[in-house]
Amino acid sequence: MQILDIRLKRVPMSELSIEERLKTFNEVALGYSEEQALAEASRCLQCENPLCIEMCPLHIDIKNFIKLIRKGAYEEADEKIREKNCLPSICGRVCPQEKLCVMGCKNTIGDPINIGGLERFIADWNLEKGMKIPDISQFTGKSIAIVGSGPAGLSAATELAKMGHHIVIFEALHEAGGVLIYGIPEFRLPKKIVKQEIEYIRKIGVEIKTNIIIGKTLTIDDLFDEGFDAIFLGTGAGLPKLLGIPGEDLCGVYSLNEFLIRINLMNAYTFPYKSKTPIKVRGKVAILGARGMDAARCALRLGAEEVSIFYQKKIVGRIDDIRRGIEEGVKLQSSTKPMRLIGNEKRWVKQVELIRLKQVVDSRTGKPKLIQEESSRIFYNAETVIVATEHIPNTIATTNTSRNIRISNKQKTIIVNPETLEASNGIFAGGDVVSGAATVIKAIEAGKKAAKSINKYLMNKH
Amino acid sequence: MENEIIFKKEIAPGVKTIKVRAPLIAKKTKSGQFVILRVSEDGERVPLTLIDWDPEEGTITLIFKEVGASTRELGRLEVGDIIHDLVGPLGKPSKIALYGKVCIIGRGVAIAAAYERAKKLKEVGNNITTIISARTSKFLIYKEEFKKLSDRFYIVTDDGSEGIKGYASDILKKLLELNERFDLVYAVGAATLMRNISDITRPYKIKTIVSLNSLMVDGTGMCGCCRVTINGKPKFVCIDGPDFDAHLVDFEEFKARIHMYDEEEKTALKIMREI
Repeated sequence: MQILDIRLKRVPMSELSIEERLKTFNEVALGYSEEQALAEASRCLQCENPLCIEMCPLHIDIKNFIKLIRKGAYEEADEKIREKNCLPSICGRVCPQEKLCVMGCKNTIGDPINIGGLERFIADWNLEKGMKIPDISQFTGKSIAIVGSGPAGLSAATELAKMGHHIVIFEALHEAGGVLIYGIPEFRLPKKIVKQEIEYIRKIGVEIKTNIIIGKTLTIDDLFDEGFDAIFLGTGAGLPKLLGIPGEDLCGVYSLNEFLIRINLMNAYTFPYKSKTPIKVRGKVAILGARGMDAARCALRLGAEEVSIFYQKKIVGRIDDIRRGIEEGVKLQSSTKPMRLIGNEKRWVKQVELIRLKQVVDSRTGKPKLIQEESSRIFYNAETVIVATEHIPNTIATTNTSRNIRISNKQKTIIVNPETLEASNGIFAGGDVVSGAATVIKAIEAGKKAAKSINKYLMNKH
Repeated sequence: MENEIIFKKEIAPGVKTIKVRAPLIAKKTKSGQFVILRVSEDGERVPLTLIDWDPEEGTITLIFKEVGASTRELGRLEVGDIIHDLVGPLGKPSKIALYGKVCIIGRGVAIAAAYERAKKLKEVGNNITTIISARTSKFLIYKEEFKKLSDRFYIVTDDGSEGIKGYASDILKKLLELNERFDLVYAVGAATLMRNISDITRPYKIKTIVSLNSLMVDGTGMCGCCRVTINGKPKFVCIDGPDFDAHLVDFEEFKARIHMYDEEEKTALKIMREI
């Protein structure tokens, strides 16, 4: 009976207690111990046709890395993952596995395997131990400039470096990692992990130059003049979009990006004794938009009296993190739409006015739609407001250049050939800057795809 | 070495000028742009106007007043020290063109920024009237330089310790009342000064440009901390500015937003003094 029980239930991953979580920014999910990882790995059915692999955008050989874990061959398991994914300890933590690999898990009689948990265990174990440098092809004599050190850039850089090219990444901020550093909070993805993964990428020969803004400090033309043979733009989707409602200019109103940059990149939660960058969280906090779970959890840790996320349809995020946020006290207010922000005489926000939305069936299309219930207004007394709508790409990199790079009018994304990801002769782009805001793993996938076509482009050119 | 301070001088009490080795920035800078720097590992990202740059020598010159913890920390660096992080040039360059008669107004530490713009505007042939102002005589900087450059030159102090007693806006008002006309008024300094200048030139329909010193974090358009309403629409000072048509700026909002962290500033300064 006991054996069956183990088979059915997923090995739970230890977490910090809710009390401890609210006091610090320490990582909440503590990862599997070796014993736990072995127990979880033993639950895998080792299917004939593993759907999990098909569902993973990078097609990591999940079946075999789990098999290697079972054998205790942790180094080989890590190599198996890294064949396909250059940032496994990051993906193990931040991928929405329930919508990807885990969705393909056919362990139908019990819980699906915690693939992310196992990926994280293996990657952490090897990062901690120190990994050997993989085989790198002979130097090709070609140099590639990568713009942006987020997941797309890091992935393209890793692939191209392994092929024997010389790679330089240019990062506008003072720290490498892009959204992994400025966007994802410490309690979900510790910076130490990001730094270790980047350190490994440096070891395979990738050079990273911070504090250089392509389009300002250097231009795309400068990069070609300096002798780079190709350029990859992985500049992400870093520009906030405001709601366009009255009162967004009031003090105490943050864009999601500003709130997260202050906390994640600038460590404002250690102000004033360590970090010199302040952040202000007072009274009740209203988060306007479905992308606000990370900000909501940060606000609770910074002493907010109450935190509510107001959104229309569906909250964005990984299921585990949404669950943890709710456990920590985040309140979800679906089917609401902000109308205006109301300030006090000193121009500080004091209240948000929202309207309730009701789902009705559209008589024309027969599909459900949301309509405003004019009689149902909500007044929420918030002294801190965070606007958490979607982000759009920052196009600074493509300015001040003679090269013709097309940008879509509405979404501000770079237009590329979908097969080759080429935006202009010798210039490639991928990740959020092409797709609009998406996931880390999708950006890694795009980086790999671009690396392949850049290599082809360079090898055909003499 | 890059980011190395190669020259430092205190030009007024608490006002320091530094020359920094930054060849890439020096090569690209245009009038009106700025840099962002961090003094240390845990430092704030501090925006500072580029006052001078020499592409051949590969250096840039910055001037700052020690007001908060970060500028004080910067002031402690000496020749030979390295600035932890330095990035730029940021912002849109000022429009340097032949306007005709230009009135340049600067106050306090921002007189240096006014001088940089005045120099460029003079080079292209404008007739320059300058009004520099400060709380008191010892905070007046770039006097000699402005005297040499200006076709007409006024000094104003709040307490009358040097030049005319009063405010820059008083002088401009008087000049306009005396039927003096300008094709451009360019003002840089405290928010109140810029708003007052804007109010004075509005009825005369004189094109007036102000350089806004909003709070910033990344400086590349990512955070929107520096947002300001221009003609009813939100704009980001870091990428759409810092120069804006003064008559379109919502100064009340601008003033409120630059004081958002005054309390925290005080705390940081207090802790710095204790350590």
